[in-house]
Amino acid sequence: MRSDATSRPPLLLSLATLGALLFIHVPLLLIIVYSFSADVNFQFPPSGFTTQWYVDALERQDMWKAFWLSVKTAFVATAIALVLGTLAAAALWKSSFFGKDYVSLIFILPIALPGIITGIALRSAFNILDIPFSIWTIILGHATFCIVVVFNNALARFRRLSGSMIEASMDLGADGFQTFRHVVLPQIGSALLAGGMLAFALSFDEVIVTIFTSGLENKTLPIWIYEQLFRPRERPITNVAAVLVMFVTTVPVLAAYYLTKDAEHTGGGGK
Amino acid sequence: MSANAITERESGLAGRLSDWLFRNPNRFLILLFIPPLLWLGVVYIGALFALLAQSFFSIDEFSGVIVYEPTLSTFAQLLHPANLDVILRTLVMAAAVTIASAAIAYPLAYFAARYAKGKWKALFYFLIMLPLWSSYLIKVYSWKLILAREGIISWLAAKLHVTWMLDGLLATPVIGGPSLSTSYIGTFVVFIYIWLPYMILPTQAALERVPVNLIEASADLGGSPSQTFRHVLWPLALPGLVAGSIFTFSLTLGDYIVPQVVGSSTQFIGNAVFAHQGMAGNIPLAAAFTIVPILIMLVYLSVAKRMGAFNAL
Repeated sequence: MRSDATSRPPLLLSLATLGALLFIHVPLLLIIVYSFSADVNFQFPPSGFTTQWYVDALERQDMWKAFWLSVKTAFVATAIALVLGTLAAAALWKSSFFGKDYVSLIFILPIALPGIITGIALRSAFNILDIPFSIWTIILGHATFCIVVVFNNALARFRRLSGSMIEASMDLGADGFQTFRHVVLPQIGSALLAGGMLAFALSFDEVIVTIFTSGLENKTLPIWIYEQLFRPRERPITNVAAVLVMFVTTVPVLAAYYLTKDAEHTGGGGK
Repeated sequence: MSANAITERESGLAGRLSDWLFRNPNRFLILLFIPPLLWLGVVYIGALFALLAQSFFSIDEFSGVIVYEPTLSTFAQLLHPANLDVILRTLVMAAAVTIASAAIAYPLAYFAARYAKGKWKALFYFLIMLPLWSSYLIKVYSWKLILAREGIISWLAAKLHVTWMLDGLLATPVIGGPSLSTSYIGTFVVFIYIWLPYMILPTQAALERVPVNLIEASADLGGSPSQTFRHVLWPLALPGLVAGSIFTFSLTLGDYIVPQVVGSSTQFIGNAVFAHQGMAGNIPLAAAFTIVPILIMLVYLSVAKRMGAFNAL
């Protein structure tokens, strides 16, 4: 009698779902609208639309300097994270040893504890060791949480990898390196790429830790935007920069999504 | 398995190295594991301990110089009414944000898990993932635009002739303020907005694992929808909600940017830490403050683990 209830959601549930979806998407769309607004203040609806702010923003040298620093940082941090995160996932995948739970905890901690703790801890460590702030101190902080992202992605894929494929490769005479190159890598490749892209997006966008590890000289794009938030007269420029950041972080996330969505079809899964 | 039964293979250095690694799986694992463990163990944990150690020092009140003698006086300062206020305010905010996020996330997660099929399911997943990964600062900023006095909410309220409701809300003592973007209500809404996807994903994953026939069985046995929710869905969704709450709670505890951009200029733990380590140069007190969220999160994580939240992550 109630079997028809499985196909049709109750009206109230549909409305709540729609409301939640609007709640999470409207604010992001609104920024795009504001970036074309002819007004300098928060006025809604805008009195007119213009593309002038885009022209103005794209000529801002300080914004581009911050942008390229962010790109460099994100690339290096992602590269470090890809190597270390994959190694950690490979090591923890099949092993079991005393204290494994605690070691695994270390690989969750950088994202489970609030970012401010990572930030201030690194900053005070730099102070104690007399390390001057530079792009490398920023990278050090970013790589720490990027490792966690890559680790999680790689571990999830390793768990789906069937051990029999590796054994078969070894039985057929391949050595460990050949097996890694021709059997393991093709199967974990897309997961690594996805993890790397998410790590890149995360690093490109990070501000909470970066404020502590960057010093005054090195402004990443998020720090530049953060400072813009307190300059009301530059609001139109901030809007355009916001759209730019949204675009740069969305593209790798979209790519990561397409790379992992077919993950169930990993070869050898049906042992 | 006897190694002697296998004839030695002729091969170069790489081959011999790989054979050695294969025969010594434990040493191989250790070799793999050393670099990442060094990074997180030395850089991250090392820095963390260096920070915690500093909370046992104190600051000379007259000269402002850090005194490197072990003392508990800095921790005692946490108990000053002003600092206790900061801690309590942050805890209440984190709890309120967590509960509200759960209330908004549950229907969406349930809909996505049970009613979205095929292409729609992918679309749902995508619609939830996208805001999670869009820029944190931009999200905060967008709400400054929305909540501002001349922003879209005031405009909507005027169009719908409910400006009196908005004014009434802002006139509420404690949570109100001159405008939405300078009140606790504003801070609260922005926190929910930013951490909501962290709540939706684990909840959806938990609900995904509830077989539909379990719900049908409950209905067949005469359970009303609310009884089915209370006795079947809720217990099964709880680990997912708790897993999500780890993030909403922890992230709210440590955030210092949201209250700075949208809110009534009162301090949360994050602001206090930021202020003490920055302008005031009082690293010991800043370090002591960071111990509060660390302790709370360690207790929270151990309770969450017991409730099975880790399997829902």
